[in-house]
Amino acid sequence: MSNAPVNNGRRRFLTAATSVVGGVGAVGVAVPFIGSWNPSERAKAAGAPVEVNVSKIEPGQLIRAEWRGKPVYVIRRTDAIIEELAGHEDQLRDPESQEPQQPDYATNRHRSIKPEFMVALGVCTHLGCAPTYHKGDFEEKVEGTKNGFFCPCHGSKFDMAGRVFQGVPAPLNLVVPEHSFPTADTLLIGVGQGEA
Amino acid sequence: MENFMAWIEKRLPFMDAMNKHAIQYPAPKNFNFWYVFGILATVVLVNQILTGIWLTMNYEPSGDGAFASIEYIMRDVDYGWLLRYMHSTGASAFFVVVYLHMFRGLIYGSYQKPRELLWIFGMLIYLVLMAEAFMGYLLPWGNMSYWGAQVIIGLFGAIPVVGEELTIWIKGDYVISGATLNRFFALHVIALPLVLCVLVFLHIIALHEVGSNNPDGTDIKKPKGSVPPEEQSKFTFHKQYTKKYDIVDAIPFHPYYTVKDLVAVVIFLIGFSWVMFFAPEGGGYFIEAPNFEPANGLKTPEHIAPVWYFGPFYTILRVVPDKLMGALLMFAAIGMLFALPWFDRGTVRSIRYRSKLHLLNITQFAICFVILGILGTKPATDLNNLIGVIATFGYFGFFVALWFYSKGEKTKPVPERVTG
Repeated sequence: MSNAPVNNGRRRFLTAATSVVGGVGAVGVAVPFIGSWNPSERAKAAGAPVEVNVSKIEPGQLIRAEWRGKPVYVIRRTDAIIEELAGHEDQLRDPESQEPQQPDYATNRHRSIKPEFMVALGVCTHLGCAPTYHKGDFEEKVEGTKNGFFCPCHGSKFDMAGRVFQGVPAPLNLVVPEHSFPTADTLLIGVGQGEA
Repeated sequence: MENFMAWIEKRLPFMDAMNKHAIQYPAPKNFNFWYVFGILATVVLVNQILTGIWLTMNYEPSGDGAFASIEYIMRDVDYGWLLRYMHSTGASAFFVVVYLHMFRGLIYGSYQKPRELLWIFGMLIYLVLMAEAFMGYLLPWGNMSYWGAQVIIGLFGAIPVVGEELTIWIKGDYVISGATLNRFFALHVIALPLVLCVLVFLHIIALHEVGSNNPDGTDIKKPKGSVPPEEQSKFTFHKQYTKKYDIVDAIPFHPYYTVKDLVAVVIFLIGFSWVMFFAPEGGGYFIEAPNFEPANGLKTPEHIAPVWYFGPFYTILRVVPDKLMGALLMFAAIGMLFALPWFDRGTVRSIRYRSKLHLLNITQFAICFVILGILGTKPATDLNNLIGVIATFGYFGFFVALWFYSKGEKTKPVPERVTG
């Protein structure tokens, strides 16, 4: 025991400095714990783009591709379906696709590169269920519109460009993933037009 | 033996703790059946921990193996089916007893001063329990496990700006996958049970500090020296309680209430066993039908319904047409319960001595809560939504009304001593 006089200012400074260093250490230690929850390299690799041959899709037919574990709806729209898109725009939440739910090159009425092909994630923007394709019998859900998507979970409705109708729980249009056509018959999901 | 106990006692206050918390703990002598649910919750907790440990011995926490390992437990492991049904029935039983335990606190005002912190620890236990149940439900990796988790994790996507990133961070993948399953497993079997045990410990310590409430809502601890010795309780209580107070109308927790609680435990276990042996799926409410097929990200079940105990909050979530607002309202519904001690500005605790209005308010609250729960498991039709909106108003209305009328409430005189 030394009998040196107590220097309270120095004690306070040392206590504060030790606490700060300890605090910084605690924050630093948290980094690996929080970081390890991010998708691993393997999960990221599994998110690679997928190719779809669109030449075999019948007019009006929907096929499902799987990309990053999510269903992607690819539909060959008929001329009648494309014409129908303009008919009910007053009933839509976001007819002009102002919300960033699609790449810039798909910010148009048909929300795709080619009007003929619709590409969208089959994941309802409300809580992630899969909307059902109603081909020709959508009028019982929305009067005057023959084709569309209806989500069986909470009743959200989407048109044939994945645009959401008003008065349903889903807040946003369906997500259009990055996609491109390397050749006329191949659709590449996950790589945008002009990238790659 | 005596020497041994003395040797221990000198080094660890074992008998002292036993006396303080059981043998010489003063419990009001007028506890009715509403007071058994705390013990029942403890019994279920022990059941969940034991059966949970045994289930991990054969369960395989991976996207490829989880579903098959549950079938293996059910079909090939000796008594595997029993252990699993004890665990799954226990999950529902946990919520049954906890809801009744909370309702007891509500009607007898056990959340009021000085028991606010006790109530908050209880609510934290309830919150951790919900997280446990939610993560546990993903583990069988059935299709309802998968889509239920999809819906709940999707809630975080409603948070502006960081929502999408946050859901990917929670899932550890772009979709719910084996990575999600593994982390939920770790949280379900290690992290949350540890938190739960600590909270239960704090809940009990806080209870014994302020003392148990009773159906009359009276205080059994009177100021020291205010009660003549012949009117004080005849039993010996721990000096921690008698140092500052004169204790009336109390009996020691052990053996009086341990024996009474044993009767409750036996009755409870009879009911529990009946469900476990004859209706382990709880009519599709404890284990839902789509969970008998493996998780499939490309196939949404016809109708996604949460397990019954989440029903009330799920209904509140979906009656709001806006995703973010719906999620906020749902969390607000739980937040209201946390703040209950401050919504109630009255000083009379028990419903026995409070106004008719209070009785009416609690009744409508209970009815609304049950209706919300039932609706949560039903499809969202226009009519259901309308009823859901009304019941949601009833739920929140309870707290708002309570705040207004409890200040100048016309109450009956509270007796000095318990009435039996």
